[in-house]
Amino acid sequence: MSEIEEIVKELESKFGAEVKKQRDKRHWVKINRENLIDVCTWLKEKGFDHLSSVVGVDYPENFEVVYHLWSYSLKELISLKVPVPKDDPKIQSVTSIWGGANWHERETAEMFGITFEGHPDPRKLLLPDDFEGYPLRKDFKLKPTHWLGKEEEEEKDVQA
Amino acid sequence: MYKLEEIEDGGKVLLNIGPIHPSTHGVLRILVEIEGERVIKAIPIIGQLHRGFEKLCENRTYIQVTPLTDRLDYIASMGNNMAYVRAVEELLGVEIPERAEYIRVIMLELQRIASHLCSIGFYSNDVGMAFTLFMYTMRDREKILNLFEMVAGSRLTHNYIRIGGVREDLPKGFVKRAKEVMEYLKPKVEDYRAMCDESEVFRMRTEDVGVLKPEDAINLGATGPVLRGSGLKIDTRAQDPYTIYDQFDWKIVTGKNGDCYSRYSVWVGEIEQSIGIIEQALDNLPEGEVMAKVPKVIKPPEGEAYARIENPRGELAFHVISDGSPNPYRVKVRSPAFCNLSILPHLCRDVLVADVIAICGSLDPVFGEVDR
Amino acid sequence: MIDIKNIIINNYWVRGLIGAIFWVVFLGASLIILPWLERKVVARVQHRYGPNRVGPFGILQLVVDSIKLLTKEDIVPKYADKFVFNLAPIIAFMLALVVFVNIPLSPTLVVSNLNVGILYILAVSSLSAVIYLLTGWAPNNKFNLLGGMRAAAMMVAYEIPMALAVIGVIMMAGSVNLVDIVEAQSRIWFIIPQILGFLIFMVAAFAECGRLPFDLAEAESELVQGWTTEYSAMKFAMLLFAEYGHTILAAFLVTLLYLGGWHGPLLPGPIWVLLKTFLIIIFFMYMRGVLPRVRIDQFLNIGWKVLIPLALLNIFLTGIGVISI
Repeated sequence: MSEIEEIVKELESKFGAEVKKQRDKRHWVKINRENLIDVCTWLKEKGFDHLSSVVGVDYPENFEVVYHLWSYSLKELISLKVPVPKDDPKIQSVTSIWGGANWHERETAEMFGITFEGHPDPRKLLLPDDFEGYPLRKDFKLKPTHWLGKEEEEEKDVQA
Repeated sequence: MYKLEEIEDGGKVLLNIGPIHPSTHGVLRILVEIEGERVIKAIPIIGQLHRGFEKLCENRTYIQVTPLTDRLDYIASMGNNMAYVRAVEELLGVEIPERAEYIRVIMLELQRIASHLCSIGFYSNDVGMAFTLFMYTMRDREKILNLFEMVAGSRLTHNYIRIGGVREDLPKGFVKRAKEVMEYLKPKVEDYRAMCDESEVFRMRTEDVGVLKPEDAINLGATGPVLRGSGLKIDTRAQDPYTIYDQFDWKIVTGKNGDCYSRYSVWVGEIEQSIGIIEQALDNLPEGEVMAKVPKVIKPPEGEAYARIENPRGELAFHVISDGSPNPYRVKVRSPAFCNLSILPHLCRDVLVADVIAICGSLDPVFGEVDR
Repeated sequence: MIDIKNIIINNYWVRGLIGAIFWVVFLGASLIILPWLERKVVARVQHRYGPNRVGPFGILQLVVDSIKLLTKEDIVPKYADKFVFNLAPIIAFMLALVVFVNIPLSPTLVVSNLNVGILYILAVSSLSAVIYLLTGWAPNNKFNLLGGMRAAAMMVAYEIPMALAVIGVIMMAGSVNLVDIVEAQSRIWFIIPQILGFLIFMVAAFAECGRLPFDLAEAESELVQGWTTEYSAMKFAMLLFAEYGHTILAAFLVTLLYLGGWHGPLLPGPIWVLLKTFLIIIFFMYMRGVLPRVRIDQFLNIGWKVLIPLALLNIFLTGIGVISI
């Protein structure tokens, strides 16, 4: 049995995950959000050292955060799908495991309103600081809501 | 919010290398905390070019999204088309004809050469060579843009690679012209390498500046020339093969130290390798159709796909989720420039102000891609 | 009958007036021509044409640019130190002009043949370090400050190798008077025995003029415009004038100290001086298109750790040569 199939079998047995193999080199694994840190630490030891991206999705019944993990040694992709309930949008941050998750999680947090607990720097990344609302949720309609020019800007003494 | 005020202890000053600046590669704001000329912290602030690409995709059909992807990384736009189209083709399950695959590879490699020429030119500008190398690389890039105009009709955002193949066949005389351009470019690459290897001042400015160790590179999510500059032989074309790259004979180019000079030499080396691939592809171009049979209204079955390709800047990936309707449910772009730029605070500790610009240039950000 | 020639040579008021008018006209004319020439030379290095629309070969480009600079709005920042802000360009302009009093075009064509010739010139160039401090501090802008501080460090660091290199020339000529130095080169130009001093002087001249590869004060890709950031319109033009004045001065000094001044076959003396100066200026412009910029710490390393020991070595070798010959 090849290494990736062993890893997949252990994921199913140890962490109770549902695995779907889409094609060669693509596995989609659904886990619970309580097991997230354990699964990630275990997978990193097994050789999954590259976190490709962190994706947030807004399904009708819950949010979902997808972590795409690629292993440079095994050359396989495992995508972890973690459902997050809408009334409690919190999830653990994986920045302590992969440093590259920093900016991805900031972007997902500002676009969906999901809080990543333990993130070292939870500020807005792409949106302006006084933006209200979470753009990538399905109930956010794309229409002009806020004209910036209308309010008076106070004189600030700023030294260049 | 960042307040521009003096930080009280010991003469530290907050300098704003602002969004409009003669040197940053677009709208990037870097807040630099300096003490004299030494940098203590450098914080990039992005988001000035954010256009809401991912939200826009949800209101358009699959075919209407393809021209939008052109505008993401506008310097290497064939690559963006390719990644999106591969994700949708994986959902649909279509087989691409062989001639279309060859044409796609030729276009992608031409794009890689054009983009690296651009990066070399802009980088030499940052280091202080007053526009000289920039003018030479732009002159050579014009020849490649003329080739693109022959094929796709436009020089910058092409929308040529479509779902199922390419838009139309190569025009008459393209193969001959492309071979001439490749012959023209071969001695120029030697020129560029010599201009920087033999320039003492250039090496002083770029060697041992912004050294990135291999383990840090993998941990922080760097890909592309940034990762290969640190000595790792990792390339998505070899690791996760897409189209027909396994039929060509090419090498992965790496740098030695992980400093700015190594990243620069990776760009020059990759231009050479791309010239080789294009010549092999032009020689072996098969006959046939260029577009597979795809339905007029594309409604892929429910599912999701993650397609990764090797952009000139690194690993570009598209995650496309479909729910059976003509519009995609979610499109997510993993852009390489975004992930490479997040390394900037890590690299800019205890350097000088001039080095911040040099390091930012060697990470090669394009803001259409960083901000989307 | 008033002996006009006698008056001109001996009456220092008349001589000063004519000399002042001549040098102001000369520098004004070169300020119309030199930026155009620079843009053309740099453009040819970069495989393009340069200005070629306004007038034949783009000669009138500078006329148009001067009109533009004259008619721009003069902006003074709100929190700037107004007195110093307005004073700095005037001092820059003055220091650039005042030093040409002592530059000879032939043994008799000099406004004022000072006996401390080269010392006077070096002293006034050292004063020009003050300009950078003034323009760095006055506009109350961080980019100006960074540029000004860098430039002040630069000037101070490269005055010393320049002066030390000149000492070699003084030793060989036996006098500090510029006319005597050029007359001492009648047999052999000083560039040949003083080749090390010549190279040191050229590097120091690049640094003193603020030209690439040493244009840290005005590093366009890092600090927006460096030490001239907040200046606009005529004040900016005066600061630019001061930079070009330094370049012309450095070229004249190289010609007079190392390249034999007015010695040469066929043509009259002053023509040779102007021709050699012109060639050196073109060399300065050519370097601008070719070399990248040096970082401040590497630059100061070169100045203090490399050039000063080499200059001292030069003095030592010159001393041995002068004693033995």
